[in-house]
Amino acid sequence: MDIDLVFILSTAVKIILFTFVISLLMVAYATYAERRVSAIIQDRVGPNRTGIPLTLFGGKKDWHFFGLIQPIADGVKNLLKEDFTPAHVRKFFFWIAPALTLIPAFLCLAVIPFGSSVTLPTGDEIKLVIADIDIGPLFVFAIASLSVYGITIAGWASNNKYSFLGGVRSTAQMISYEIAMGLSIIPVLMVYGHLNLNNIVQYQAENGWLLLPLWKDGVFGFYLQNLLLWIPMFISFVIFLTAVFAETNRMPFDLPECETELVGGYHTEYSSMKFAMFFMGEYCAMIVGSALVVTLFFGGWAVGIPAVDSAISEMAWGGIIHLLVFLVKVVAFIVTFIWVRWTVPRFKFDQLMKLGWVIFFELAVVNIVIAALILFYVK
Amino acid sequence: MAIKKLTRPKLTLSEKLIFPTILKGMAVTMTHAIKSVLGKTKAAESLKGSGTGATMQYPETKWDDQLPEYYRGVPALVTDEIGRERCVSCQLCEFICPPKAISILPGEIPSDDEWAKVEKRPQEFDIDMTRCIYCGMCEEVCPEQAIFLRQDYAVTGTSRENMVHNKERLYEIGGVREGLVNKWNEVK
Repeated sequence: MDIDLVFILSTAVKIILFTFVISLLMVAYATYAERRVSAIIQDRVGPNRTGIPLTLFGGKKDWHFFGLIQPIADGVKNLLKEDFTPAHVRKFFFWIAPALTLIPAFLCLAVIPFGSSVTLPTGDEIKLVIADIDIGPLFVFAIASLSVYGITIAGWASNNKYSFLGGVRSTAQMISYEIAMGLSIIPVLMVYGHLNLNNIVQYQAENGWLLLPLWKDGVFGFYLQNLLLWIPMFISFVIFLTAVFAETNRMPFDLPECETELVGGYHTEYSSMKFAMFFMGEYCAMIVGSALVVTLFFGGWAVGIPAVDSAISEMAWGGIIHLLVFLVKVVAFIVTFIWVRWTVPRFKFDQLMKLGWVIFFELAVVNIVIAALILFYVK
Repeated sequence: MAIKKLTRPKLTLSEKLIFPTILKGMAVTMTHAIKSVLGKTKAAESLKGSGTGATMQYPETKWDDQLPEYYRGVPALVTDEIGRERCVSCQLCEFICPPKAISILPGEIPSDDEWAKVEKRPQEFDIDMTRCIYCGMCEEVCPEQAIFLRQDYAVTGTSRENMVHNKERLYEIGGVREGLVNKWNEVK
Protein backbone atom coordinates (compact mmCIF):
# COMPACT_ATOMS: atom_id res chain seq x y z
CA MET A 1 0.00 0.00 0.00
CA ASP A 2 1.55 3.27 -1.04
CA ILE A 3 1.22 6.23 1.25
CA ASP A 4 -0.19 9.23 -0.61
CA LEU A 5 -2.29 12.26 0.19
CA VAL A 6 -5.60 10.53 -0.50
CA PHE A 7 -4.66 7.71 1.84
CA ILE A 8 -3.67 10.04 4.66
CA LEU A 9 -6.70 12.28 4.27
CA SER A 10 -9.16 9.42 3.95
CA THR A 11 -7.69 7.70 7.01
CA ALA A 12 -8.00 10.88 9.03
CA VAL A 13 -11.61 11.29 7.95
CA LYS A 14 -12.34 7.64 8.74
CA ILE A 15 -10.78 7.90 12.20
CA ILE A 16 -12.83 10.96 13.03
CA LEU A 17 -16.01 9.55 11.52
CA PHE A 18 -15.85 6.04 12.95
CA THR A 19 -14.49 6.70 16.42
CA PHE A 20 -15.63 10.17 17.32
CA VAL A 21 -18.86 10.53 15.40
CA ILE A 22 -20.34 7.05 15.13
CA SER A 23 -18.90 5.23 18.13
CA LEU A 24 -18.99 8.04 20.68
CA LEU A 25 -22.57 8.80 19.69
CA MET A 26 -23.40 5.13 20.02
CA VAL A 27 -21.75 5.01 23.45
CA ALA A 28 -23.81 7.99 24.57
CA TYR A 29 -27.05 6.60 23.26
CA ALA A 30 -26.26 3.09 24.51
CA THR A 31 -26.51 4.50 28.03
CA TYR A 32 -29.83 6.07 27.12
CA ALA A 33 -31.03 2.80 25.55
CA GLU A 34 -29.87 0.91 28.62
CA ARG A 35 -32.00 3.10 30.85
CA ARG A 36 -35.05 3.13 28.61
CA VAL A 37 -35.03 -0.60 27.86
CA SER A 38 -34.44 -1.53 31.48
CA ALA A 39 -37.29 0.77 32.45
CA ILE A 40 -39.63 -0.77 29.90
CA ILE A 41 -38.75 -4.28 31.06
CA GLN A 42 -39.35 -3.31 34.68
CA ASP A 43 -42.66 -1.43 34.16
CA ARG A 44 -41.06 1.95 34.59
CA VAL A 45 -40.74 4.87 32.20
CA GLY A 46 -37.08 5.83 32.21
CA PRO A 47 -35.62 9.22 31.31
CA ASN A 48 -38.29 10.82 29.14
CA ARG A 49 -38.14 14.46 30.26
CA THR A 50 -34.75 15.87 29.41
CA GLY A 51 -35.29 18.01 26.38
CA ILE A 52 -35.06 21.63 25.37
CA PRO A 53 -36.53 23.79 28.14
CA LEU A 54 -38.29 26.26 25.88
CA THR A 55 -40.37 27.59 28.78
CA LEU A 56 -37.17 29.07 30.23
CA PHE A 57 -36.88 31.23 27.12
CA GLY A 58 -40.51 32.26 27.04
CA GLY A 59 -41.82 29.35 24.98
CA LYS A 60 -45.20 27.75 25.54
CA LYS A 61 -44.10 24.15 25.91
CA ASP A 62 -40.89 22.25 26.63
CA TRP A 63 -39.66 19.92 23.93
CA HIS A 64 -38.99 16.52 25.41
CA PHE A 65 -38.03 14.38 22.38
CA PHE A 66 -38.63 11.29 24.57
CA GLY A 67 -35.68 12.37 26.71
CA LEU A 68 -33.20 12.03 23.85
CA ILE A 69 -31.13 14.95 25.18
CA GLN A 70 -30.39 12.94 28.36
CA PRO A 71 -26.92 11.66 27.29
CA ILE A 72 -25.82 15.26 26.57
CA ALA A 73 -27.08 16.37 29.95
CA ASP A 74 -25.23 13.45 31.56
CA GLY A 75 -22.04 14.39 29.73
CA VAL A 76 -22.28 18.01 30.82
CA LYS A 77 -22.97 16.93 34.38
CA ASN A 78 -19.98 14.61 34.44
CA LEU A 79 -17.69 17.30 33.05
CA LEU A 80 -18.83 19.92 35.53
CA LYS A 81 -18.85 17.78 38.67
CA GLU A 82 -16.05 18.02 41.18
CA ASP A 83 -13.25 15.67 40.21
CA PHE A 84 -12.45 14.34 43.63
CA THR A 85 -9.23 12.45 44.32
CA PRO A 86 -9.30 10.84 47.78
CA ALA A 87 -6.21 11.38 49.95
CA HIS A 88 -5.45 7.70 50.42
CA VAL A 89 -5.16 6.67 46.77
CA ARG A 90 -2.02 6.10 44.70
CA LYS A 91 -2.35 9.24 42.65
CA PHE A 92 -0.46 8.42 39.48
CA PHE A 93 -2.15 5.08 38.85
CA PHE A 94 -5.47 6.45 40.03
CA TRP A 95 -5.25 9.07 37.30
CA ILE A 96 -4.15 6.87 34.41
CA ALA A 97 -6.47 3.93 35.12
CA PRO A 98 -9.61 5.40 33.44
CA ALA A 99 -7.63 6.18 30.29
CA LEU A 100 -6.24 2.65 30.30
CA THR A 101 -9.75 1.20 30.12
CA LEU A 102 -11.09 3.66 27.59
CA ILE A 103 -8.24 3.76 25.08
CA PRO A 104 -7.97 0.00 24.30
CA ALA A 105 -11.73 -0.14 23.76
CA PHE A 106 -11.51 2.64 21.19
CA LEU A 107 -8.34 1.25 19.61
CA CYS A 108 -10.18 -1.95 18.73
CA LEU A 109 -12.42 0.05 16.42
CA ALA A 110 -9.45 0.46 14.09
CA VAL A 111 -9.84 -2.97 12.49
CA ILE A 112 -13.63 -3.24 12.42
CA PRO A 113 -14.93 -3.03 8.82
CA PHE A 114 -17.81 -0.58 9.03
CA GLY A 115 -18.80 -0.89 5.39
CA SER A 116 -17.58 -2.21 2.04
CA SER A 117 -15.95 0.56 0.07
CA VAL A 118 -16.64 3.97 -1.37
CA THR A 119 -15.38 5.11 -4.76
CA LEU A 120 -14.42 8.78 -4.85
CA PRO A 121 -15.02 10.90 -7.97
CA THR A 122 -11.23 10.82 -8.45
CA GLY A 123 -11.41 7.07 -8.93
CA ASP A 124 -9.80 6.11 -5.64
CA GLU A 125 -11.50 3.26 -3.88
CA ILE A 126 -11.59 3.69 -0.13
CA LYS A 127 -12.35 0.77 2.15
CA LEU A 128 -14.54 1.73 5.08
CA VAL A 129 -12.17 0.32 7.67
CA ILE A 130 -9.56 2.43 9.42
CA ALA A 131 -6.73 -0.11 9.29
CA ASP A 132 -7.11 -2.89 6.75
CA ILE A 133 -4.65 -5.28 8.39
CA ASP A 134 -4.41 -9.04 8.05
CA ILE A 135 -4.57 -9.89 11.76
CA GLY A 136 -8.03 -8.50 12.55
CA PRO A 137 -9.36 -10.75 15.35
CA LEU A 138 -5.90 -11.19 16.86
CA PHE A 139 -5.47 -7.42 17.03
CA VAL A 140 -8.82 -7.07 18.76
CA PHE A 141 -7.99 -9.80 21.29
CA ALA A 142 -4.55 -8.33 21.98
CA ILE A 143 -5.81 -4.80 22.51
CA ALA A 144 -9.12 -5.60 24.20
CA SER A 145 -7.43 -7.65 26.89
CA LEU A 146 -5.27 -4.63 27.72
CA SER A 147 -8.31 -2.87 29.14
CA VAL A 148 -8.19 -5.25 32.11
CA TYR A 149 -5.05 -3.39 33.18
CA GLY A 150 -7.08 -0.24 33.61
CA ILE A 151 -9.61 -2.02 35.79
CA THR A 152 -7.00 -3.84 37.86
CA ILE A 153 -4.90 -0.71 38.33
CA ALA A 154 -8.00 1.25 39.27
CA GLY A 155 -8.90 -1.36 41.87
CA TRP A 156 -5.40 -1.43 43.29
CA ALA A 157 -4.77 2.33 43.18
CA SER A 158 -8.03 3.07 44.97
CA ASN A 159 -6.44 1.50 48.07
CA ASN A 160 -9.76 0.14 49.19
CA LYS A 161 -10.64 -3.49 49.75
CA TYR A 162 -13.83 -3.46 47.72
CA SER A 163 -12.20 -1.81 44.74
CA PHE A 164 -9.29 -4.20 45.01
CA LEU A 165 -11.59 -7.23 45.04
CA GLY A 166 -13.32 -5.85 41.96
CA GLY A 167 -10.02 -5.43 40.16
CA VAL A 168 -8.83 -8.92 41.09
CA ARG A 169 -12.10 -10.48 40.01
CA SER A 170 -11.88 -8.67 36.71
CA THR A 171 -8.42 -10.06 36.06
CA ALA A 172 -9.41 -13.61 36.91
CA GLN A 173 -12.52 -13.37 34.79
CA MET A 174 -10.68 -11.86 31.85
CA ILE A 175 -8.00 -14.57 31.84
CA SER A 176 -10.55 -17.37 32.14
CA TYR A 177 -12.74 -16.22 29.33
CA GLU A 178 -9.97 -15.03 27.05
CA ILE A 179 -9.04 -18.68 26.51
CA ALA A 180 -12.55 -19.81 25.63
CA MET A 181 -12.95 -16.74 23.43
CA GLY A 182 -9.74 -17.34 21.51
CA LEU A 183 -10.42 -21.05 21.05
CA SER A 184 -14.04 -20.52 20.07
CA ILE A 185 -13.21 -18.56 16.92
CA ILE A 186 -10.61 -21.02 15.63
CA PRO A 187 -13.31 -23.11 13.84
CA VAL A 188 -14.66 -19.88 12.38
CA LEU A 189 -11.25 -18.87 11.09
CA MET A 190 -10.76 -22.36 9.69
CA VAL A 191 -13.83 -21.83 7.54
CA TYR A 192 -12.72 -18.39 6.35
CA GLY A 193 -9.09 -19.27 5.86
CA HIS A 194 -7.76 -15.81 6.62
CA LEU A 195 -7.69 -13.22 9.36
CA ASN A 196 -8.48 -10.02 7.50
CA LEU A 197 -11.86 -8.91 8.83
CA ASN A 198 -12.73 -7.14 5.60
CA ASN A 199 -12.08 -10.31 3.59
CA ILE A 200 -14.08 -12.29 6.14
CA VAL A 201 -17.06 -10.05 5.56
CA GLN A 202 -16.50 -10.20 1.79
CA TYR A 203 -16.63 -14.00 2.04
CA GLN A 204 -19.93 -13.75 3.90
CA ALA A 205 -21.29 -11.31 1.36
CA GLU A 206 -20.66 -13.91 -1.32
CA ASN A 207 -21.73 -17.03 0.60
CA GLY A 208 -24.33 -15.79 3.07
CA TRP A 209 -23.75 -15.09 6.76
CA LEU A 210 -21.84 -17.66 8.71
CA LEU A 211 -24.95 -18.42 10.74
CA LEU A 212 -27.25 -18.18 7.71
CA PRO A 213 -25.36 -20.18 5.09
CA LEU A 214 -28.15 -20.70 2.59
CA TRP A 215 -26.14 -19.79 -0.51
CA LYS A 216 -23.50 -21.58 -2.53
CA ASP A 217 -21.89 -19.69 -5.40
CA GLY A 218 -24.78 -17.27 -5.29
CA VAL A 219 -27.50 -19.95 -5.58
CA PHE A 220 -30.08 -20.28 -2.83
CA GLY A 221 -30.63 -23.71 -1.27
CA PHE A 222 -30.18 -25.94 1.75
CA TYR A 223 -26.78 -27.54 1.21
CA LEU A 224 -25.72 -30.46 3.40
CA GLN A 225 -22.17 -29.15 3.65
CA ASN A 226 -23.33 -25.78 4.94
CA LEU A 227 -25.84 -27.29 7.36
CA LEU A 228 -23.23 -29.66 8.80
CA LEU A 229 -20.83 -26.78 9.34
CA TRP A 230 -23.59 -24.73 10.89
CA ILE A 231 -23.52 -26.88 14.08
CA PRO A 232 -19.92 -26.14 15.16
CA MET A 233 -20.35 -22.55 14.02
CA PHE A 234 -23.37 -22.16 16.29
CA ILE A 235 -21.47 -23.64 19.23
CA SER A 236 -18.65 -21.20 18.47
CA PHE A 237 -21.16 -18.36 18.40
CA VAL A 238 -22.62 -19.28 21.80
CA ILE A 239 -19.18 -19.55 23.40
CA PHE A 240 -17.93 -16.37 21.75
CA LEU A 241 -21.01 -14.38 22.70
CA THR A 242 -20.81 -15.55 26.31
CA ALA A 243 -17.12 -14.73 26.40
CA VAL A 244 -17.84 -11.25 25.04
CA PHE A 245 -20.34 -10.76 27.84
CA ALA A 246 -17.68 -11.82 30.33
CA GLU A 247 -14.95 -9.69 28.75
CA THR A 248 -17.07 -6.57 28.77
CA ASN A 249 -18.17 -7.18 32.37
CA ARG A 250 -21.81 -7.21 31.36
CA MET A 251 -24.58 -8.48 33.54
CA PRO A 252 -24.42 -12.19 34.13
CA PHE A 253 -20.69 -11.67 34.58
CA ASP A 254 -20.47 -8.21 36.10
CA LEU A 255 -18.67 -9.42 39.22
CA PRO A 256 -15.95 -6.72 39.09
CA GLU A 257 -18.52 -4.08 39.93
CA CYS A 258 -21.42 -5.94 41.49
CA GLU A 259 -23.12 -3.33 43.59
CA THR A 260 -24.57 -5.69 46.18
CA GLU A 261 -21.21 -7.09 47.22
CA LEU A 262 -18.54 -4.57 46.33
CA VAL A 263 -20.25 -1.16 46.61
CA GLY A 264 -19.19 -0.07 43.12
CA GLY A 265 -16.32 -2.44 42.49
CA TYR A 266 -13.21 -0.98 40.89
CA HIS A 267 -14.78 2.45 40.32
CA THR A 268 -16.00 2.99 43.89
CA GLU A 269 -13.56 5.84 44.51
CA TYR A 270 -13.99 7.54 41.16
CA SER A 271 -16.14 10.54 40.47
CA SER A 272 -17.09 12.91 37.65
CA MET A 273 -15.37 12.44 34.29
CA LYS A 274 -12.99 9.73 35.53
CA PHE A 275 -15.99 7.61 36.42
CA ALA A 276 -17.61 8.51 33.12
CA MET A 277 -14.50 7.26 31.32
CA PHE A 278 -14.88 3.81 32.92
CA PHE A 279 -18.50 3.92 31.91
CA MET A 280 -17.65 4.90 28.34
CA GLY A 281 -14.96 2.24 28.24
CA GLU A 282 -17.48 -0.40 29.26
CA TYR A 283 -19.99 0.67 26.66
CA CYS A 284 -17.36 1.05 23.97
CA ALA A 285 -16.12 -2.45 24.73
CA MET A 286 -19.71 -3.55 24.34
CA ILE A 287 -19.90 -1.89 20.93
CA VAL A 288 -16.61 -3.45 19.83
CA GLY A 289 -17.82 -6.83 21.09
CA SER A 290 -21.10 -6.50 19.21
CA ALA A 291 -19.25 -5.36 16.10
CA LEU A 292 -16.94 -8.36 16.30
CA VAL A 293 -19.81 -10.81 16.78
CA VAL A 294 -21.63 -9.23 13.85
CA THR A 295 -18.49 -9.28 11.69
CA LEU A 296 -17.60 -12.88 12.41
CA PHE A 297 -21.01 -14.53 12.58
CA PHE A 298 -23.66 -12.24 11.11
CA GLY A 299 -22.05 -11.03 7.95
CA GLY A 300 -20.71 -7.65 9.08
CA TRP A 301 -21.92 -5.10 6.56
CA ALA A 302 -23.34 -7.77 4.23
CA VAL A 303 -27.10 -7.79 3.75
CA GLY A 304 -27.06 -11.56 3.54
CA ILE A 305 -28.27 -12.03 -0.02
CA PRO A 306 -25.25 -12.31 -2.38
CA ALA A 307 -27.01 -10.75 -5.39
CA VAL A 308 -28.10 -7.70 -3.39
CA ASP A 309 -24.67 -7.27 -1.85
CA SER A 310 -22.82 -7.33 -5.14
CA ALA A 311 -25.32 -4.82 -6.55
CA ILE A 312 -24.73 -2.48 -3.61
CA SER A 313 -20.97 -2.90 -3.86
CA GLU A 314 -21.05 -1.82 -7.50
CA MET A 315 -22.58 1.52 -6.63
CA ALA A 316 -20.03 4.29 -6.03
CA TRP A 317 -21.49 5.17 -2.62
CA GLY A 318 -22.80 1.67 -1.85
CA GLY A 319 -20.43 1.53 1.11
CA ILE A 320 -22.69 3.96 2.93
CA ILE A 321 -25.64 1.55 2.61
CA HIS A 322 -23.43 -1.23 3.90
CA LEU A 323 -22.37 1.02 6.76
CA LEU A 324 -26.01 1.50 7.73
CA VAL A 325 -26.69 -2.24 7.50
CA PHE A 326 -23.72 -2.84 9.79
CA LEU A 327 -24.90 -0.23 12.30
CA VAL A 328 -28.39 -1.72 12.39
CA LYS A 329 -26.93 -5.11 13.25
CA VAL A 330 -24.66 -3.65 15.91
CA VAL A 331 -27.55 -1.76 17.48
CA ALA A 332 -29.61 -4.96 17.52
CA PHE A 333 -26.78 -6.66 19.38
CA ILE A 334 -26.43 -3.83 21.85
CA VAL A 335 -30.14 -4.11 22.61
CA THR A 336 -29.59 -7.84 23.12
CA PHE A 337 -26.80 -7.06 25.57
CA ILE A 338 -29.15 -4.80 27.50
CA TRP A 339 -31.99 -7.29 27.27
CA VAL A 340 -29.81 -10.07 28.72
CA ARG A 341 -28.62 -7.77 31.47
CA TRP A 342 -32.14 -7.18 32.72
CA THR A 343 -33.10 -10.85 32.43
CA VAL A 344 -30.32 -12.94 33.90
CA PRO A 345 -29.16 -12.66 37.51
CA ARG A 346 -25.47 -12.53 38.37
CA PHE A 347 -23.41 -15.71 38.64
CA LYS A 348 -21.57 -16.59 41.82
CA PHE A 349 -17.82 -16.33 41.39
CA ASP A 350 -17.23 -20.10 41.63
CA GLN A 351 -19.96 -20.71 39.07
CA LEU A 352 -18.34 -18.17 36.79
CA MET A 353 -14.95 -19.88 37.05
CA LYS A 354 -16.51 -23.32 36.60
CA LEU A 355 -18.40 -22.19 33.53
CA GLY A 356 -15.27 -20.69 32.01
CA TRP A 357 -12.75 -23.41 32.77
CA VAL A 358 -14.78 -26.62 32.95
CA ILE A 359 -17.48 -26.07 30.36
CA PHE A 360 -16.53 -23.47 27.77
CA PHE A 361 -12.82 -24.30 27.57
CA GLU A 362 -13.51 -28.00 26.92
CA LEU A 363 -16.44 -27.29 24.66
CA ALA A 364 -14.32 -24.93 22.56
CA VAL A 365 -11.56 -27.52 22.17
CA VAL A 366 -14.04 -30.26 21.22
CA ASN A 367 -15.68 -27.85 18.83
CA ILE A 368 -12.39 -27.28 17.02
CA VAL A 369 -12.07 -31.04 16.46
CA ILE A 370 -15.68 -31.35 15.23
CA ALA A 371 -15.26 -28.43 12.86
CA ALA A 372 -11.94 -29.79 11.61
CA LEU A 373 -13.46 -33.21 10.91
CA ILE A 374 -16.43 -31.74 9.06
CA LEU A 375 -14.18 -29.44 7.05
CA PHE A 376 -11.89 -32.37 6.24
CA TYR A 377 -14.77 -34.34 4.75
CA VAL A 378 -16.69 -31.59 2.99
CA LYS A 379 -13.94 -29.46 1.49
CA MET B 1 -39.25 -28.91 67.47
CA ALA B 2 -40.18 -30.67 64.33
CA ILE B 3 -37.39 -30.89 61.85
CA LYS B 4 -38.38 -30.28 58.28
CA LYS B 5 -36.01 -31.80 55.83
CA LEU B 6 -35.75 -29.99 52.53
CA THR B 7 -34.52 -31.69 49.40
CA ARG B 8 -32.98 -29.82 46.56
CA PRO B 9 -35.30 -29.65 43.57
CA LYS B 10 -34.34 -32.04 40.81
CA LEU B 11 -33.31 -30.13 37.74
CA THR B 12 -34.45 -31.20 34.34
CA LEU B 13 -31.98 -31.50 31.50
CA SER B 14 -32.90 -28.12 30.01
CA GLU B 15 -32.39 -26.48 33.40
CA LYS B 16 -28.99 -28.12 33.78
CA LEU B 17 -27.93 -26.81 30.39
CA ILE B 18 -28.70 -23.23 31.57
CA PHE B 19 -29.09 -21.81 28.06
CA PRO B 20 -32.67 -22.98 27.37
CA THR B 21 -33.79 -21.47 30.67
CA ILE B 22 -31.98 -18.22 29.90
CA LEU B 23 -33.86 -18.07 26.60
CA LYS B 24 -37.10 -18.73 28.48
CA GLY B 25 -36.33 -15.89 30.83
CA MET B 26 -35.54 -13.60 27.91
CA ALA B 27 -38.91 -14.47 26.39
CA VAL B 28 -40.59 -13.48 29.66
CA THR B 29 -38.85 -10.10 29.82
CA MET B 30 -39.51 -9.47 26.13
CA THR B 31 -43.26 -10.13 26.42
CA HIS B 32 -43.25 -7.83 29.42
CA ALA B 33 -41.42 -5.14 27.45
CA ILE B 34 -43.75 -5.47 24.47
CA LYS B 35 -46.78 -5.12 26.71
CA SER B 36 -45.20 -2.06 28.27
CA VAL B 37 -44.45 -0.46 24.89
CA LEU B 38 -48.01 -1.10 23.73
CA GLY B 39 -49.25 0.64 26.86
CA LYS B 40 -50.78 -2.44 28.40
CA THR B 41 -48.71 -2.77 31.55
CA LYS B 42 -50.46 -4.73 34.26
CA ALA B 43 -52.00 -2.57 36.98
CA ALA B 44 -51.21 0.60 35.02
CA GLU B 45 -54.86 1.63 35.11
CA SER B 46 -55.44 1.13 38.82
CA LEU B 47 -52.17 2.92 39.62
CA LYS B 48 -52.97 5.73 37.15
CA GLY B 49 -49.84 4.78 35.23
CA SER B 50 -49.21 6.08 31.77
CA GLY B 51 -49.44 2.54 30.36
CA THR B 52 -45.75 2.64 29.45
CA GLY B 53 -44.92 1.19 32.80
CA ALA B 54 -47.01 1.54 35.91
CA THR B 55 -45.40 4.88 36.74
CA MET B 56 -47.74 7.83 37.11
CA GLN B 57 -46.55 10.79 35.04
CA TYR B 58 -46.74 13.16 37.97
CA PRO B 59 -47.31 16.75 36.97
CA GLU B 60 -49.65 15.71 34.15
CA THR B 61 -51.53 13.06 36.07
CA LYS B 62 -52.30 13.47 39.73
CA TRP B 63 -53.50 11.32 42.56
CA ASP B 64 -55.76 14.08 43.95
CA ASP B 65 -59.17 12.46 43.53
CA GLN B 66 -57.85 9.28 45.14
CA LEU B 67 -56.74 11.02 48.33
CA PRO B 68 -58.60 9.65 51.37
CA GLU B 69 -60.83 11.89 53.49
CA TYR B 70 -58.33 11.81 56.34
CA TYR B 71 -55.36 12.86 54.17
CA ARG B 72 -53.14 15.33 56.02
CA GLY B 73 -51.96 18.03 53.65
CA VAL B 74 -51.11 21.64 54.41
CA PRO B 75 -52.67 23.20 57.53
CA ALA B 76 -54.96 26.16 56.84
CA LEU B 77 -57.30 28.51 58.68
CA VAL B 78 -61.00 28.59 57.90
CA THR B 79 -63.78 31.10 58.19
CA ASP B 80 -67.33 30.14 59.10
CA GLU B 81 -70.44 30.51 57.00
CA ILE B 82 -70.89 34.20 57.90
CA GLY B 83 -67.31 35.07 57.05
CA ARG B 84 -66.05 35.31 60.64
CA GLU B 85 -62.52 34.21 61.35
CA ARG B 86 -62.87 31.11 63.45
CA CYS B 87 -59.51 31.52 65.14
CA VAL B 88 -59.63 33.27 68.51
CA SER B 89 -55.82 33.22 68.88
CA CYS B 90 -55.80 31.06 71.97
CA GLN B 91 -52.35 29.91 70.84
CA LEU B 92 -52.98 26.28 71.78
CA CYS B 93 -51.78 25.17 68.33
CA GLU B 94 -48.66 27.28 68.70
CA PHE B 95 -47.84 25.55 71.97
CA ILE B 96 -48.67 22.02 70.82
CA CYS B 97 -46.86 22.30 67.47
CA PRO B 98 -43.95 19.82 67.77
CA PRO B 99 -41.58 21.52 65.31
CA LYS B 100 -42.67 25.03 66.40
CA ALA B 101 -43.83 25.91 62.93
CA ILE B 102 -46.75 28.09 64.03
CA SER B 103 -46.30 31.62 65.36
CA ILE B 104 -49.29 33.74 66.33
CA LEU B 105 -49.50 37.40 67.25
CA PRO B 106 -52.85 37.76 69.07
CA GLY B 107 -54.84 40.89 68.51
CA GLU B 108 -57.85 42.40 70.23
CA ILE B 109 -61.11 42.84 68.41
CA PRO B 110 -62.21 46.50 68.80
CA SER B 111 -65.42 47.06 70.80
CA ASP B 112 -67.28 48.56 67.84
CA ASP B 113 -66.79 45.37 65.82
CA GLU B 114 -69.69 43.07 65.14
CA TRP B 115 -67.81 40.25 66.84
CA ALA B 116 -66.54 42.24 69.82
CA LYS B 117 -67.74 39.54 72.19
CA VAL B 118 -65.20 37.09 70.75
CA GLU B 119 -62.54 39.47 72.11
CA LYS B 120 -59.52 38.11 70.25
CA ARG B 121 -58.49 37.28 66.76
CA PRO B 122 -55.02 36.70 65.35
CA GLN B 123 -53.23 39.80 64.15
CA GLU B 124 -50.62 37.68 62.49
CA PHE B 125 -50.70 33.93 61.96
CA ASP B 126 -47.67 32.37 60.28
CA ILE B 127 -47.03 28.72 59.56
CA ASP B 128 -43.51 27.97 58.43
CA MET B 129 -43.99 25.22 55.87
CA THR B 130 -40.30 24.33 55.93
CA ARG B 131 -40.83 23.26 59.55
CA CYS B 132 -44.33 21.82 59.42
CA ILE B 133 -44.39 18.03 59.71
CA TYR B 134 -48.07 17.61 58.83
CA CYS B 135 -48.78 15.82 62.12
CA GLY B 136 -52.24 17.32 62.48
CA MET B 137 -51.85 18.17 66.18
CA CYS B 138 -52.97 21.76 65.59
CA GLU B 139 -56.20 20.50 64.09
CA GLU B 140 -56.69 18.11 66.99
CA VAL B 141 -56.03 20.67 69.70
CA CYS B 142 -58.06 23.58 68.26
CA PRO B 143 -61.09 24.27 70.48
CA GLU B 144 -62.68 26.46 67.81
CA GLN B 145 -62.29 24.08 64.83
CA ALA B 146 -60.43 26.88 63.10
CA ILE B 147 -57.41 25.10 61.70
CA PHE B 148 -57.65 22.14 59.37
CA LEU B 149 -55.23 20.03 57.40
CA ARG B 150 -56.29 20.34 53.78
CA GLN B 151 -55.68 18.01 50.86
CA ASP B 152 -53.10 20.25 49.19
CA TYR B 153 -49.61 18.80 49.33
CA ALA B 154 -47.55 20.60 46.72
CA VAL B 155 -46.00 23.52 48.62
CA THR B 156 -43.25 25.17 46.66
CA GLY B 157 -41.27 28.35 47.00
CA THR B 158 -38.05 29.87 45.82
CA SER B 159 -36.91 31.20 49.21
CA ARG B 160 -37.41 30.52 52.90
CA GLU B 161 -39.65 33.58 53.22
CA ASN B 162 -41.75 32.21 50.40
CA MET B 163 -42.39 29.05 52.34
CA VAL B 164 -43.97 30.86 55.30
CA HIS B 165 -47.73 30.94 54.92
CA ASN B 166 -49.13 34.15 56.37
CA LYS B 167 -52.69 34.80 57.49
CA GLU B 168 -54.11 35.78 54.07
CA ARG B 169 -52.54 32.77 52.43
CA LEU B 170 -53.87 30.45 55.14
CA TYR B 171 -57.42 31.77 54.77
CA GLU B 172 -57.11 31.53 51.00
CA ILE B 173 -56.17 27.85 51.23
CA GLY B 174 -58.68 27.12 54.00
CA GLY B 175 -61.78 28.72 52.58
CA VAL B 176 -65.11 28.37 54.34
CA ARG B 177 -66.25 25.60 56.67
CA GLU B 178 -69.81 25.45 57.84
CA GLY B 179 -71.32 24.17 61.07
CA LEU B 180 -69.44 22.53 63.90
CA VAL B 181 -69.01 25.54 66.20
CA ASN B 182 -72.08 27.65 66.85
CA LYS B 183 -71.32 29.26 70.18
CA TRP B 184 -70.64 32.73 68.72
CA ASN B 185 -73.68 32.82 66.46
CA GLU B 186 -76.45 35.33 67.06
CA VAL B 187 -78.95 32.49 67.37
CA LYS B 188 -77.56 31.43 70.73
